[in-house]
Amino acid sequence: MDPLRRKTLLAAAAALLLRPFAALAAWNKEAFGAKSAADALKTLGIASPAPSKDIVIEAPQIAENGAVVPIEIQSNIPGTTVLTVVIEKNPFPLNSRFTFREGALPFVKLNVKMGETSAVRVIAQAGARSYTASQEIKVTIGGCGG
Amino acid sequence: MAAGPMKMRATLGSGYTDVRVLMTHPMETGLRKDADGKVVPAHFIQTLTVKVNGKTVVEGEISQAVSRNPVFSFRVKGGAKGDKVEVSWVDTEGETNKTEAAVA
Repeated sequence: MDPLRRKTLLAAAAALLLRPFAALAAWNKEAFGAKSAADALKTLGIASPAPSKDIVIEAPQIAENGAVVPIEIQSNIPGTTVLTVVIEKNPFPLNSRFTFREGALPFVKLNVKMGETSAVRVIAQAGARSYTASQEIKVTIGGCGG
Repeated sequence: MAAGPMKMRATLGSGYTDVRVLMTHPMETGLRKDADGKVVPAHFIQTLTVKVNGKTVVEGEISQAVSRNPVFSFRVKGGAKGDKVEVSWVDTEGETNKTEAAVA
């Protein structure tokens, strides 16, 4: 093998190896596969977040249809860069995780599925600290099975 | 149902730009059974990215427990008419889609 070809191959192999680290928005398989809220948070490196009234959750008290539960979350904690949504009693509790940069406000509105009545917990990360708030949502018809 | 088109609207709010986006996607959980009692395999969007004028502003990781045909609202500080907003997603099958709109 000539040296140039060898170099090119090595560079290609290195690029392939480095790819996972370059993709910042990679899906955290372990955390999303966790069967309990505690395991999911542990995998994400979130340890005992402090309760905070500066996390605002706008969601219905009672959701008739668990397949579409609208939630709106916002953190008024300065420096919030990550918001994580955990639905404690869902089969896979970790629901979603959003990273905000370049002037995006720590706000998101989305529709989630809920299998049964559960606490919906939001964790805000600001620097090395994390904060949490939760709201109980009653579900009349579950939205995870058939 | 297969993954399909996206719709987006970006409008100026008070001090921020409001980005609303709709994605057409089945968001199959892998827990649902079809009429024959067979489990429908999981198929859902895993990551999404919001860019304004080419800069990434929001990165999202989502699970199968986000509702079918996901709708999201995001807010970005400031902004001006004509700013270019782009939203893209990647699902469990490696399928991807994106849409672009100018702030109105």
